[in-house]
This record gives sequence, structure tokens and C-alpha cells, in this order.
Amino acid sequence: MKVGIVTFPGSNCEGDAFHAVVDQLGEQAVMLWHKDHDLQGSDVVILPGGFAYGDYLRAGAIARFSPIMKEVAAHAAKGGVVLGICNGFQIACEAGLLPGALLRNDVGYRSMPVTIRVEHTNTTFTSVAKVGQCLTMPIAHGEGRYAASDDVLDQLESDGQVLFRYVNAAGETTVDANPNGAMRNIAGVCNAARNVIGLMPHPERAVDLLLGSIDGLVLFESLLVAAHA
Amino acid sequence: MTRFRVSVHIIPRRGLLDPQGKAVTDALHTLGFAAVGEVHVGRHLVIETGAKDAAAAEASVRTMCERLLANPVTEDFEIAGVVKE
Repeated sequence: MKVGIVTFPGSNCEGDAFHAVVDQLGEQAVMLWHKDHDLQGSDVVILPGGFAYGDYLRAGAIARFSPIMKEVAAHAAKGGVVLGICNGFQIACEAGLLPGALLRNDVGYRSMPVTIRVEHTNTTFTSVAKVGQCLTMPIAHGEGRYAASDDVLDQLESDGQVLFRYVNAAGETTVDANPNGAMRNIAGVCNAARNVIGLMPHPERAVDLLLGSIDGLVLFESLLVAAHA
Repeated sequence: MTRFRVSVHIIPRRGLLDPQGKAVTDALHTLGFAAVGEVHVGRHLVIETGAKDAAAAEASVRTMCERLLANPVTEDFEIAGVVKE
């Protein structure tokens, strides 16, 4: 499996994504500059976390017009896997690759571990996980409050596109377990074709016991299984 | 081609939680401005652009709002003014 990791000016999690793919999974990764026009044969594209373009205007609003995003959109249109993490999720939403938007948190910037529950396993990013499995991993964002119209949210629910929700230790979606005020405790979604996935928490920072959690590994292993299927 | 300054207000869509607006509302209430209802915090942009007339300048900025300046999912915009430079 070859993973292309896009770096925008202001990205800061591209190294973590590289570490997860290369050191923990033992797979190939290639760093892609946002001005490139070539995904270099990547099977999977990761849009990493950070503050692309300083989050000017709105998080992700300017990054979505970076030259490489045309290739990323074409890759997604052909069924290629695109994974947006944190700022990458914001960019994917702004680019229209995923439904909805990420708004300013209800209570400021949050940097903390959260627990998310896997809602569906029929995607390339969750296939090895179990429905209802709870994963602990960090969040670090100021604009992660998932929002969409009620119609869109209902459609996402009925089509099984809500992949992750914030839950408490008992696996329940409560107000207290929701770190940013996201509608319906949504932490991550996929597109209708299920090949573009976005989430606010950082699975790539939860792949090494040294960092406190390896719960993110199951998601990266899912990518690997899909790539070799 | 004439130069125009087009002002545009971009505000969070009504009904969506606006934490900045809520914090400002609470602070104004604390200061005794009891009559204040809701406050909405958005962005104000001033765009200097060339156009054949004011209507064309406004139409151009509307397109800019739809494509980049406002998020169609969560924000509304209004043209606040078109001034010839």
C-alpha cells in the first residue's frame, strides 16, 4: 500500500501520519506538496491535521483550492480512498468531498483524549473494527463542531455515513462526552460512496504505546486490509 | 472599467449555535445592556475590484461569496455597500 500525505503550508500532523504508515504499519508513504499535480501512484491519500493557510477565512476554505486538490478530487471520484484528519476533515468538507461543515467549538480550543464509538464497519477505514467498539485518541482543535442541516443529518444516519460518535466511558453519546458541541455527537463521517472519510480526532497520534494509546491502529490496519484485498 | 470598493457582511446562519456571539451577548448583559437580544459575530470584508458598473461589481462579489468567502452550509452573506473609488 502506498499512502500519499499532502502537506499544505501550515500542516503540522504530516509527520505523525508518516510515522503511523511507515513505522507502525510498515507500508510505503510519500509526502506530496500542495502545489504538486501528481499523487505519485498513491492508493490512499491522507489530508493531515494542522492549520493550512493559518485557517484564514475559515479552516480549510483556502486549502481546498490548492493545486493538488484537483487530483485528490479526481482520485476520490474514481473510488480512491481519501482520509481527512482534523484540518484534513475541514478541508474535505470545504472541498465538497464530504457533507457538512466544521464550526467553531462551543467552548473554545480543546486538546484532550476523547473516546469515539465506531458506528459502521463497511468502509475501508473501519473494516477491521467492530460496530460499537470504543477507541480513545486525542483531539486538538478549535473548529470541530460538526454541523449540517437536519435533512442532511437524517440522510447521513439512514445511509450509515456517520462513522464515529463521541461517547463516554460506557460508550453512551452524552452531552458531557461531546468535546465541541458537534451535532448528534458526530466525530467522523464518510461520503455516499464510502471512500472519503473524515474525522476530527487523531488516530495517527494513537498508534504507539509511548503516546498513550494504540487505538488508532485498527483504523490504519483496515486501510491495509482493503489495499491487499 | 471603474474601480469599486464592495463591502460584504458574512454572518453565522441563524439557528446555528454562535459561541462568539453568545459570549459577547453574555458580556453585554453583565455590563447592564439588558435590552440586548442576540449578538452575531461574523466577518466584514472590503473587496477592491474593477467592474463596468456598480451592479456588475456587486454581482461579482456575490459569486465570490458563493464560491469562497462564505460557507454555504453554515453562513449567510449580505452586500453592505458598493462605493466607487
